[in-house]
Amino acid sequence: MKFSESWLREIIDINLSPEELSAKLTMIGHEVDSIEIDGGGLEGILIAEIISYEKHPDADRLNLCQVTTNGEDRISIVCGAPNVREGMKSILALPGKTLPNGLKLEKSKIRGIESFGMLCSAAEVGLGLDSDGIMDFPQDAKVGTSLIDYLKLPDRIIDLDLTPNRGDCFSVLGIARDLAGTCKEDIKYKFDISNKPSAKVEYSIKTPFPDLCPRLAAQAIINIDNKALTPLWMVEKLRKSGIRSINPVVDITNFVMIELGQPLHAYDLSKVNGTIIPRFAKKDEHLVLLDESEVELKKDTVVITDDSGPIGMAGIMGGLSTSVSLNTTSVLFEAAYWPTEVMAGVARRYGMHTDASLRFERGVDPRIQKIAVNRACELLLSICGGDAGKVTDIKNEDYLPKNKTIKLTSRRLERILGHKIDFNKISEILVRLNFKIRENKIDWQVSVPSYRFDLQIEEDLIEEVARIYGFDKIPELTEVSSRSLSLPNDDLKNIDKIANHLCTRDYQEVITYSFIDDDVNTLITGKQSELRLANPLSKDMSTMRGSIWPGLLNVASRNVARQMDRVRLFEIGKIFESTNDGHQEIEQVAGLIMGPLRGEHWSEKSINVNFYDIKGDLESILILDTIENEFEFEPDNNASLQQGQSAKLLLNGLKIGSVGKLHPVLAKKFSIKRDVYLFELNIISAYPGVSLKVKPISKYPLIRRDISFTVKKDIKAADIIKSIKFIEPEIIQSIKVFDIFEGNNIEEGLKSIALGLILQEKSRTLTDTVADEIISKTVILLEKKFFAKLRD
Amino acid sequence: MKKIAEILKTSLQEVHKASDINSLDSVRVMYVGKKGKFTSSLRSLGSLSDKERPAAGEEINKAKSTFMKAVSLRKAELETIALEEILKQNSIDVTLDGYASSRGGRHPISLARLRIEEIFKDAGYEIKSGPEIEDDFHNFTALNIPDNHPARAMHDTFYLNNGNLLRTHTSPVQIRSLLLQGAPIRIIAPGRVYRCDSDQTHTPMFHQVEGLVIDKGVSFANLKAVLHEFVACFFGKEVELRFRPSYFPFTEPSAEVDVLWGKDKWLEILGCGMVHPNVLINAGVDPEIYSGYAFGMGIERLAMLKYQVDDLRVFFENDISFLRQFN
Repeated sequence: MKFSESWLREIIDINLSPEELSAKLTMIGHEVDSIEIDGGGLEGILIAEIISYEKHPDADRLNLCQVTTNGEDRISIVCGAPNVREGMKSILALPGKTLPNGLKLEKSKIRGIESFGMLCSAAEVGLGLDSDGIMDFPQDAKVGTSLIDYLKLPDRIIDLDLTPNRGDCFSVLGIARDLAGTCKEDIKYKFDISNKPSAKVEYSIKTPFPDLCPRLAAQAIINIDNKALTPLWMVEKLRKSGIRSINPVVDITNFVMIELGQPLHAYDLSKVNGTIIPRFAKKDEHLVLLDESEVELKKDTVVITDDSGPIGMAGIMGGLSTSVSLNTTSVLFEAAYWPTEVMAGVARRYGMHTDASLRFERGVDPRIQKIAVNRACELLLSICGGDAGKVTDIKNEDYLPKNKTIKLTSRRLERILGHKIDFNKISEILVRLNFKIRENKIDWQVSVPSYRFDLQIEEDLIEEVARIYGFDKIPELTEVSSRSLSLPNDDLKNIDKIANHLCTRDYQEVITYSFIDDDVNTLITGKQSELRLANPLSKDMSTMRGSIWPGLLNVASRNVARQMDRVRLFEIGKIFESTNDGHQEIEQVAGLIMGPLRGEHWSEKSINVNFYDIKGDLESILILDTIENEFEFEPDNNASLQQGQSAKLLLNGLKIGSVGKLHPVLAKKFSIKRDVYLFELNIISAYPGVSLKVKPISKYPLIRRDISFTVKKDIKAADIIKSIKFIEPEIIQSIKVFDIFEGNNIEEGLKSIALGLILQEKSRTLTDTVADEIISKTVILLEKKFFAKLRD
Repeated sequence: MKKIAEILKTSLQEVHKASDINSLDSVRVMYVGKKGKFTSSLRSLGSLSDKERPAAGEEINKAKSTFMKAVSLRKAELETIALEEILKQNSIDVTLDGYASSRGGRHPISLARLRIEEIFKDAGYEIKSGPEIEDDFHNFTALNIPDNHPARAMHDTFYLNNGNLLRTHTSPVQIRSLLLQGAPIRIIAPGRVYRCDSDQTHTPMFHQVEGLVIDKGVSFANLKAVLHEFVACFFGKEVELRFRPSYFPFTEPSAEVDVLWGKDKWLEILGCGMVHPNVLINAGVDPEIYSGYAFGMGIERLAMLKYQVDDLRVFFENDISFLRQFN
């Protein structure tokens, strides 16, 4: 909402400096987006009259003008503007003047002819964007008057960021009304405008659907002078509100909208066919709008129609067929109340946000329509003359918002604000806001005006009092908390623990978007996701991720492109999966490593990471829990990992994670030339939260026995260890692979494994006999089950 | 007797001159060995009279012991020098990098979030989370934003094909937590939120922290105090705040909070207000008994101010060189 300070001060003569006014507006809830000086630095520029002009002898486009600023002396000016004419009133800047755009004027010769100043366009003096010609003022502009006096400059343009609940402030009147709540000055506005009808004008308006249009006011004026021009004061006010002057009728509708907040429409009455009726659009109806665009109307859109069909989109834009033009002599002003429910979302569905739709969406005063129409007619009569008809004002009170009465109690106000405000002060604020009150010692019955439809309950009034009183005057008060203790949040703690742990293992945390490219998601997860956005910003952000890996791979790829060869990343966040009855969000940690295992170091040759590096990182996360859980890794066929270097992680038979080497074909897709290793882990299921049960430790000595044998290459170490452990679980404390190799003198297709068994009894010293027995059982098992051959 | 003093003097000079353990030992032998000078002096005591003998003997013994003390001092000295010499051979370039000294680090948004959590946790706030795929009820309706409410237009909402939506703010956690545990409640809820908006100052995904306190007698004055304390703790310095009336459908009164940055620049950092009675009712809390406040802040915004980052988008570009600065 943009308007000039001087316009506001016409309605409320508030005793504040511009800076104070700006601060006041912000502090009562209307954030000042900007406040800019309009027409500064124009001192010395005068209204001048062009007495005569002739073509420049040596330049087609230039004219040599004789100009006066006192009616007697002639000043020669060379001017290139196309709109110069004899008797024209424009503005002259003399040599020595520096224009707001920085141009310093000097006496100069232009193509051999001396020029003693410059006639200026609006753009050249910073009053708008118009640079097509020099400024053209009405004939009554007095020659020699300074421009700043003539246009009452400088002024300030205030731009407010209004909150969506305050539709009532979408006008200069509305802002003035709200400011009046904070000061002693009253607003000055004559609401009881009436234009005596001087003609009988025939037209017909019906509102058969009062729920769509509970109020519609209209008034016609015939025989207007369509040569009349919009007066300068109105052109200036509109300009400062960012609206260009078009013609008096259109300017008046815009002016009244900014002044009172009620959007108006003006019809060329001679082009209206039959009865004007607002109704829902019908199937296949079309409308060519004022801006000559054609829209296909949707069935839930309210349109204004005449006998020929739609002639306007309610509250958005009028139609071209009945619009006013330079030839219009009879005008019908129409001001409707379109309920917010009718307007909600319409402009968005059509992608047409107009000044009118913005106001109707937020709500206009249901009591202002007749006043607005009267105001428009008053202005038109004074500018273009003509004869006004009677005012039409159709309303159905059943569908209009009722004036509300809300009770406010001082007890509640104090409880919510935590601060006691003097009773009389509260009464004063309420009255200054134009509310009708009935005081009753500790409470008030407050009747709010029709334009404050945003006020519904007591808390709304509490806010009104607080915001006018000043939020800054409410003291800070540290509360006394009496909350009981609560269970520590283990999930959050685990997440944090994992993150910090990975950092110490040289992983960098990243954060990537939760929505990713649908094809990539399918490629990585091996299945098409059901969780797609209906309105994605782009294809690469269209599907809720079923894996964090694509995000990590994109980050890796981007960093590789920036000469980063060693990349170690992790992210903690949710992945999203469809389920039979909807979807689930799973908290995951995922990691990616590639390039050298360690940063370049003088002590060693650089070696690249391999499967066991990332597996070790994953295992190190698993043992962050104090509980020894039965995790198992099994070979896996993961869609995105290279077969043979891909494992799934199981806990109690349930898959909770994956680890492996990215399939080289996929690496190529992400423009990565190196081997990439990835892991992912469902955090919540990795830490089942079982209570720790401490086992007694044995005080008796350990015996270590090593055993070395050959088996077929494809036999998994984990299977062998599991079987051996089973022989004597009480005594075999642990089994470690301490050597593994192929080739050399090992037969083709076999591998050599060396195991170290740590043996210990719980309640006595383990004897060699028992240890030997276990080893011979182990050998038998190895030979029978795994066809192993013992090595010497 | 002059002779003993003379011998001592010379012997001490020689001890001092000895430059290694071996030559020191030779000096020792030269004076206190079997044929040493002190040894032979003692032996020659026999030639003295009974009267002279004790005094002379004492003098020799004293000189001998002075000599021996000097020898052992010098010996320790020479040993130290010898050890230093050996150790010197083992010196290395201590300026070279140690093994595996690099470590990763948390993302700046995580760092800012952790700082916020820590501050509130110490004041007894529980940390809650909620789903990111939300339904219309929790994201809008229950928060007093019914269908067609103009405030919905401020939330550029991402919708899913199945009719759900991506939460546009962390406020649904207010509703979920209240429905689950009721009043009194004191929580913060950090997390990812989504709005379909992307330009220089907006990313389609960002992070918020929601705060909610509901109890008997909680007031706007309390809200002002807690936010002032929080902002001061977060930035680690006293700050000036400005509470400006604003509008959120789920709070009444509502305020936006600006922090004074530099001399005269007010920067908006969060929104807050007293929980709207409709929200309390929607969550099954009696507004006649309880009142409370809620606030919501953008973590990116706070992180940008704290770490002096001037472009929001760098947080999601994840350039390792940028992220490393926070390690």
